[in-house]
Amino acid sequence: MSRYTRRELLRLLGRAGTASMLGAMGLPLVGCGGKDESMGEAGEAAGGRQTALNRPRVVIVGGGFGGTSCAKYLRRYVKDVEILLVEPRQTYHTCPFSNTVLAGMNPIDFIAHDYDTLRSAHGVEVIHQRVGEIDPVAKAASLDDGRTLGYDYLVLAPGIDMRWDAIEGYDQAAAEAMPHAWQAGDQTRLLRAQLEAMDDGGTVIIAPPNNPFRCPPGPYERASLIAHYLKQHKPKSKILILDAKEKFSKQGLFMQGWEALYPGMIEWVKGSDWGGMGRVDAGQKTIYSMFDKAFKGDVVNLIPPQQAGEIALRTGLANDDGWCPVDQRSFESSMHKDLFVIGDASVAGQMPKSGFAANSQGKVCAAAIAARLLEVDLPEPSYVNTCYSLVGPDYGISVAAVYRMQEGQIKSVEDSGGVSPTEADAEFRRDEARYAEGWYQSITSDMFG
Amino acid sequence: MPKHLYTVALCLAVGQLPATGVATELTRGAMLANSCAGCHGTDGHSPGAIPSIGGKSSAFIETAMKEFRSGERHGTVMGRHARAYTDEEIRLIAEFFGGEAQ
Repeated sequence: MSRYTRRELLRLLGRAGTASMLGAMGLPLVGCGGKDESMGEAGEAAGGRQTALNRPRVVIVGGGFGGTSCAKYLRRYVKDVEILLVEPRQTYHTCPFSNTVLAGMNPIDFIAHDYDTLRSAHGVEVIHQRVGEIDPVAKAASLDDGRTLGYDYLVLAPGIDMRWDAIEGYDQAAAEAMPHAWQAGDQTRLLRAQLEAMDDGGTVIIAPPNNPFRCPPGPYERASLIAHYLKQHKPKSKILILDAKEKFSKQGLFMQGWEALYPGMIEWVKGSDWGGMGRVDAGQKTIYSMFDKAFKGDVVNLIPPQQAGEIALRTGLANDDGWCPVDQRSFESSMHKDLFVIGDASVAGQMPKSGFAANSQGKVCAAAIAARLLEVDLPEPSYVNTCYSLVGPDYGISVAAVYRMQEGQIKSVEDSGGVSPTEADAEFRRDEARYAEGWYQSITSDMFG
Repeated sequence: MPKHLYTVALCLAVGQLPATGVATELTRGAMLANSCAGCHGTDGHSPGAIPSIGGKSSAFIETAMKEFRSGERHGTVMGRHARAYTDEEIRLIAEFFGGEAQ
């Protein structure tokens, strides 16, 4: 029996509370049921459960900016849906504000969040498991503990994974010596410890990748806040940015801020000037250019090229570049129906890969799924991104954009958005630093609160 | 019997009610306003330094947005945002957050 037949039957019978009737009619009910049942060990893997209440089920894979926002906003739109959020970590560390942890401005707990409120206040079943396989045809996801979750809709919000094959000499083991710290948590702690252990007069190398990558202004905020730390504690030290790119996000504003706050401390070198990434020797903390010129650091923060989280690749949702094409109105995968990809993993028109963008996309995706569950039309979506960066604790800058669907793509609205003014005074920069922290409190409460 | 009553009757019959709380209506206004929450907090209730807009009157929000858009009102990032919205979109956003006040 196809799911469509079951859905049609449900419509005929009045949508909710009909499972027992269907059960009584002897119809199989795969992958649907009340939430107690879903958590029980009684096997969905065995296939087919009959429960008291038939609710559609949405499985969300990944509990970061996109996944949490999607779960919470889907619940706001639809009360009568089972929402399962699958995320292996019990504690999530945000990448935003992890640079303040590197600089010693905040303890790592500042960026740690849990899923208690999503569970208790928003009726989201949070399952701390890793997803093994997703079968888009059978519409089921297997977990590492052996369970299989059937779904009506599945949202993948897997974030990024590093492309460990991209740079000769840079693998997972090398990332212990030369941390990327581009996924927060242990890598953040590691890089912080290396900065603390470094002698005054040392050189910190930061090596950002080519576009597209997670958080385009992130490496430059990182350079800024590490400079803030070094200026106080190790003022003879230097930061060398060996960029793969020829230019970078908010470049004019960052360089203006570096000149004002850390004159002579940060040197940025564009790709064509140093030759670009050739290979690395992690043991020697040395980067070699394409022309084999050596750059040795005391601390090396290598941010490698990235791709969609590996589960998206294994499920066959990515293009040749390693990112997932979607219908940008709903975030439904271009590869499989009823399967959605949001956040950094998705190809989302002109939106950057940022936590804010993922939050905005999670809400649009929630609306798209709600529209299907409620059988109404999806209103025209609207998307926003605002990226604050701290150049120093009292010196903030931002870039903002509002987006619409235009000619099948997410594009920023003309004559709006843009970066903070170049000529702003100290008060303006201080206000934006204050708003940067305010933004962090707002968005994390919007996700986890 | 109207469909929703039928649904309630069925739920009662199986001894379980749908999750409580009032659902947000899936409207263009909600699509626009939810994107504001990334900075202003869920339903416009900000826990930090960014001003709350939830609970402000619709008239206040509509006027403020139009003043940000024209540059009459000083802001850091709001002028850049407000320029993206039409009068109608501003009205829908204001109604959404103003509606929260009641």
